Amino acid sequence: MLSHCDNVQATGFVEHLKLPHYVDFQAELGLVRQMRAEYAGAPARAEGGGRMSAVAAPQASGYNFAYLDEQTKRMIRRAILKGIAIPGYQVPFSSREMPMPYGWGTGGVQVTAAIIGPDDVLKVIDQGSDDTTNAVSIRKFFAKTAGVATTTETKDATIIQTRHRIPERQLTEKQTIVFQVPIPEPLRFLEPRETETRKLHALADYGLMHVKLYEDISRHGHIATTYDYPVEVADRYVMNPSPTPKFDNPKMHMSPALQLFGAGREKRIYAVPPFTKVRSLDFEDHPFEVQKFDKPCALCAATNVYLDEVVLDDRGGRMFVCSDSDYCEERRADGHRGELSGEAPHLVGGAA
Amino acid sequence: MSALAITAGFADPVIEAQAHFHALMNALARPGSIQPFPAALDAPAPLTPELAAVALTLADHEATLWLDETLAASKSVVDYLRFHTGARLVANPSDAAFALVADVAAMPSLASFAQGTDEYPDRSTTIIVAVETLAAGGELELAGPGIEDRTRFDLSPRPAGLAAQLAANRAKFPRGVDLVFVGAREVAALPRTTLVSEV
Repeated sequence: MLSHCDNVQATGFVEHLKLPHYVDFQAELGLVRQMRAEYAGAPARAEGGGRMSAVAAPQASGYNFAYLDEQTKRMIRRAILKGIAIPGYQVPFSSREMPMPYGWGTGGVQVTAAIIGPDDVLKVIDQGSDDTTNAVSIRKFFAKTAGVATTTETKDATIIQTRHRIPERQLTEKQTIVFQVPIPEPLRFLEPRETETRKLHALADYGLMHVKLYEDISRHGHIATTYDYPVEVADRYVMNPSPTPKFDNPKMHMSPALQLFGAGREKRIYAVPPFTKVRSLDFEDHPFEVQKFDKPCALCAATNVYLDEVVLDDRGGRMFVCSDSDYCEERRADGHRGELSGEAPHLVGGAA
Repeated sequence: MSALAITAGFADPVIEAQAHFHALMNALARPGSIQPFPAALDAPAPLTPELAAVALTLADHEATLWLDETLAASKSVVDYLRFHTGARLVANPSDAAFALVADVAAMPSLASFAQGTDEYPDRSTTIIVAVETLAAGGELELAGPGIEDRTRFDLSPRPAGLAAQLAANRAKFPRGVDLVFVGAREVAALPRTTLVSEV
């Protein structure tokens, strides 16, 4: 079911696959269910931790500020400036070994390390959540090596590093969002040679991608890409938005925040400046659509947000909750209650 | 040459380089916006503190530097940049990753700098130009990525035929050069994506 091109590490494992991928699985699952329902002639039935405010940590001694040496930072900074000047173009950079395996966000970490300053407030999310392994360890990494303040609250952050989601709350001009990218090249699975994909980008020849999307429609009746959905940036380059569900693609369009993308293993950096056109590829008769959920979040009753499916028991019981944990907690703190909020384990014993 | 001939670089190289990069990044991400640029450096004239701050923030042995005639003629400027950045100084503007321009009137045409290739448009020159003043509002109307709708911008002195040169530069996209203007303690930029018209 999951196609990937991760290489096997010296340890004998594909480290990346140890990380959760439920946001992407959810996107696929939604489409499969929709297609099954359509096949059966029935209408589609898409089913739909604690907050931490900014805390500063003392920087551990023995590290340069934010771990990387200054020459590496300059090299990354030069790549970032070029990326901003050529929106959607993948700038090669000499990615360094980081103290974590490829696939765990080495590209995003290097970009964050190059841009972060002592006054920044960092938020890290993984699959929308602040509390998963990847998010916690990267947040601790910067708290330790840069001594910067970290937060889980989107509104307080100046830099948001993310794996596979864009926060539900509208980002602001004061914020920069850094995406961790596994495969930066949108044409890679269609054309494996880097020399050829370079040429296709140079010629703005994206026919291959349109053929792929068309083949999806002819085989499945839908564009079957549900995450890492290709976008055209500023009317020129086709770009991978990183494996965010396509639900998040519209948030990239004319976003007030600067968006930076780092791919450590593939050694590429690219960027979307603020207020830049980002168009999801589609056809006139098959326009781009985002996932829809027919139920609100079971905990905070939010609608028009991306929902994760949580299995409750071994009898098919399940609930759908916001993938953006901070957004969900903020809404619950504001008094919003979903149908299952009384039963949510971490609310038991609380004020509710 | 005495050991004291070269003045000091950043007092705190790590933090100050980050602060200046942050200003440059915001300037390029939001074309025409004027960002504060502390540049507390004792740079040898005719190198302005702001030009020196950009060089110290971005240049090193992996990035080539081109100096305009005014700067290249000053031994203390050349010594200062060689010592603090370690960057290779090039004579031909089309070999430069970064170009420092102190004398706007004698600035070569944008087309004489490295334009990048269609496959690698990033292999182009970023031109850093020292000007006297930057102004929000003014006679240049900007549009494009990084600008919500339209914005106004002006600088003084203006390189000769700037709007026409920028239009020619824009027409080559994705090839082309990016321009960074530094004034007194401030910075603004016109990346190659920006559409510039005179009003």
